[in-house]
Amino acid sequence: MIFQLRYAVALAAFGLCIFCSAGQAQDDRLVRPFKVQVPQAVLDDLRRRIAATRWPDKETVGDRSQGARLAELQELVKYWGSGYDWRKLEARLNALPQFKTTIDGVEIHFIHVRSRHKNALPVIVTHGWPGSVIEQLKIIGPLTDPTAHGGSAEDAFDVVIPSIPGYGFSGRPTGTGWDPERIARAWAELMTRLGYTSYVAQGGDWGTPISSAMARQAAPGLRGIHINLPATLPPEVAAALASGGPAPAGLTDQERAVFEALRASGMKGSLAYFTMLTARPQTVGYGATDSPAGLAAWVLVHPGFAQWSYGADAKQSPTKDDVLDNITLYWLTNTATSAGRLYWENGARGSVIAAVPQKTSEIKLPVAITVFPEDVYRAPETWARRAYPNLSYFHEVDKGGHFAAWEQPELFAAELRAAFAPVRPAH
Amino acid sequence: MTTTDAGSIKEIRRFRVNFPDAQLADLRRRIKETKWPEREQVNDASQGVQLATMQALARYWAAEYDWRKCEERLNALPNFITEIDGLDIHFIHVHSKHEGALPVIITHGWPGSVIEQLKVIDPLTNPTKHGGSAADAFHVVIPSLPGYGFSGKPTAPGWNPVRIARAWTTLMERLGYTKFVAQGGDWGNAVSELMALQQPPGLLGIHTNMAATVPANISKALAFNEAPPADLTAEERNAWNQLDLFYKKGLGYANEMANRPQTLYGIADSPVGLASWMLDHDARSQELIARVFAGKTEGLTRDDVLDNVTLYWLTNTAISSARLYWDTQQVSSGGFFDPRGIKIPVAVSAFPDEIYAAPRSWAERAYPKLIHYNRLDKGGHFAAWEQPALFTAELRTAFKSLRV
Repeated sequence: MIFQLRYAVALAAFGLCIFCSAGQAQDDRLVRPFKVQVPQAVLDDLRRRIAATRWPDKETVGDRSQGARLAELQELVKYWGSGYDWRKLEARLNALPQFKTTIDGVEIHFIHVRSRHKNALPVIVTHGWPGSVIEQLKIIGPLTDPTAHGGSAEDAFDVVIPSIPGYGFSGRPTGTGWDPERIARAWAELMTRLGYTSYVAQGGDWGTPISSAMARQAAPGLRGIHINLPATLPPEVAAALASGGPAPAGLTDQERAVFEALRASGMKGSLAYFTMLTARPQTVGYGATDSPAGLAAWVLVHPGFAQWSYGADAKQSPTKDDVLDNITLYWLTNTATSAGRLYWENGARGSVIAAVPQKTSEIKLPVAITVFPEDVYRAPETWARRAYPNLSYFHEVDKGGHFAAWEQPELFAAELRAAFAPVRPAH
Repeated sequence: MTTTDAGSIKEIRRFRVNFPDAQLADLRRRIKETKWPEREQVNDASQGVQLATMQALARYWAAEYDWRKCEERLNALPNFITEIDGLDIHFIHVHSKHEGALPVIITHGWPGSVIEQLKVIDPLTNPTKHGGSAADAFHVVIPSLPGYGFSGKPTAPGWNPVRIARAWTTLMERLGYTKFVAQGGDWGNAVSELMALQQPPGLLGIHTNMAATVPANISKALAFNEAPPADLTAEERNAWNQLDLFYKKGLGYANEMANRPQTLYGIADSPVGLASWMLDHDARSQELIARVFAGKTEGLTRDDVLDNVTLYWLTNTAISSARLYWDTQQVSSGGFFDPRGIKIPVAVSAFPDEIYAAPRSWAERAYPKLIHYNRLDKGGHFAAWEQPALFTAELRTAFKSLRV
C-alpha cells in the first residue's frame, strides 16, 4: 500500500512514467517505441529494503542442498544494495530499439534489431523463467552484425526478442489462459505485424514450448525452429522417472547415463520450485514480491544456476551484474508473481522435457537442436530423433548450460547460424 | 528445578516470553510497507492465497492486532526450557490438581506451534470446570518442536521425527512421569507414532487426529494416477477423493520445504510472505482460515491465526521450522500417511476437514490395537485449535481404557 503511494509520489515528482512509451496508443495494433526509465525514488526504495533485510539463520549443511547458502546470498545482496548500478543496464536497454504493441489484449514488449545486411533471416528468440530479455542481450550483436563477429553477411539475422506476458516490460494478464499455445499465436501475430513473411523461432526453457507450439501451429511464414531445451524424453523413460521404477530395458550407455542423471537431479529436489509454482504461484509470490532477498533466492533456486558462483568468480558468465540485472528487472516490474503463473497455466501438462506431453510428434516443420552440456539434462541424439520426426540439425557443444545465450553468446550465435543455414531462402 | 538424567544434572529453567517493543514496531512498519503483487487471475484460491484475504489480514495485523495479549496468555502458563540431546526444548507444563491425572504430551505440527493447544489446556487439566469429572484429568506437557517457537534451532542436520520422539520420552522421564500417553496431528502425529514404535516403557498409548492409515495399494494407485479400486466404501471413497486432491494440487509447499527450505528467504524477510506461506497449508485449512478474515466466526479467530504467525515472525523460525521436512526426507522414503506398524494402543479421531478423514476400515488395518475410533461432524487440520471442546471430549474418551 505504502509502496504504491511512494510510487505515485515519485511519478508526480519526476514527471515520468516508470516505463515510458513514447508515441500515441490510439490504435492498439500500433507498434510504439519504448524506453526504460525508472524513477530514482523506486531505486532508493529497493536499496532501503535490501539494507533492512531480515535474514534467517544459516543453513544446517555445508553445501547448497537446502537452497541458496546464507553467506553466498548475503554477499550478493550486499553488493546489490551498494555497488550494483541499474542505470548501466537501463542505458544498454535504451541503446536498443524497443517497442510495445498490444496483441490479444496484452501489451507485448520486444526488442527489435534489424540487420544492415540484405536478406537477413528474421528470428524471434524467447526467454524462459527465471529469465527475461536480459538473457539475450549479448547475442544481438553477433546475430545482426555477423561480419563484426566472425561470420559472413549470409549469416545475418533480424532479431525480435519479446518479453513473455507477465514478464519484464510486457503486460501482466489479469485473466487465465496465457499458456504456451496462446503465446505462440501472439508471437506469430507479432512477426506478421512487423511485416515478416518468412522467419524462424528460437528458445530454451519456456522458449522451447512456445517455439514448439508455433511450429506445431505451423504459423504462416515460419520455416523452422531451433531449441536448446528439447522435449526428448521417450514415454517409457518419463514414466520410469515419474514412478521411481527401474530404467527401461534397452537403453544405450549414453541414454542410461542421462536417465540416471535426471533421476539423481529429481532426488536432490531440483524440481521442487516447479511443483510449487505449478500449484501456488500467488502464495510463493507474496514473499518474492515484498522481499528483494526473497526474490533473489527464489530466482537462484532454478537448477540452471546450480553451478553459478554467486559472483565469486568474476570471469564466470553470466556475471554478477548480469544476474542482478535480471533480478532487478523482476523487482522493478513487480513480476515475481505474474511470471510464476506460466507454470500454473502449464498445469496438468506436466514435464516440459518429455516428448508426449509436449506433442513433439505433431511438429512437421524442421527442428534444430543444440545440446549445451551443463543444461538440466543432456538430450541424446537417439531420443531427439525419436521425438522430432523432422529433426534438421543436432549438435552437442562442449560448453554452456541452461542460459546458453547468456553464458556462451558467441557459441550460441554460431549454433544459430549453422542450424538455420539450411532453411534460409535461396537468393 | 533440577533433576538427574543419566548421571548428569539437567536443569529445567522457567521461561517467560518478552519481546522488545522495537521488534513489534519493526514488524508493524514492515507490514505497512508491504509491496504487493497484483490480484490473482481466478476467483478462488486455486492460484494460492487470494490477494483480498492477505490484504485484510495485513490491515488487521498492522492496525488492530495486539501481540501482548498472546504474550500474557503464554506467561500465565508455566513455561520451561530444558536441554535435551544438545538442544534447548521449550514446553508448557500444567499439572492437574486431580490425583491420578494421566500425563499426556501433545505435539503440534507445521505451520503450528504451542499456540494450537492453548485452548485445550484448562479443559484437560481442570475437567470438573469443563463438563467432565475428576477421572478425566490430564497433566499436560506441550513442547515446541526443535526449530519451532521458543525451542532451539538445530545448527546441524538430524533432528528428524525419530530423534524428536526419543527426546520427548526423555522429557517425560525428566518430568518424573513413568506412565503417560502421547497425542498429535500433522508432525505431531509422526512424532507420536514414532514414540509408539520405539515403545518406551512408560508410553501406554497414543491418540492421533491425523492418522497414517492409507493402504499400500491405495497409495500406489494415487501415485500412479490410476482409477480408485471399485470396491471402496463411501467413507473410503471420500478419503480417496481428499487424498487425490491433496497429492495433485496440495503438495507444493511440502515439496519445496523438503528440498529447498533455505530458499525461502522471502518468508523470513516479509511478514506478508510468511503469513501467506503459513495460510496455504492445505486447501480446506486455507478456507477455514480465510473465512475469518471475511467476517465469519466459526473455528479460529483472526487473533488465533495472527498469534501463531506472529510467533513464527518474532522467533524468526520460518526456515528453521521448514527444515523438519528436509531432515525427515533425509531418512524416510515413505509417505506421510503410510501405516508404520504400531503395536501399542492407538486412538483415532477423524475430523471431516482434515487433509483426509481416515476411514475406520483403514484405521483398523493400520493399528491392530485400535482402542478408539470416532468420526466427528466438524473440525479440520488444527482440531485442538478450531474445536477445543470436541477435541477434549475425544481425548477423554480415547484414553479412558488406558487409565489405571
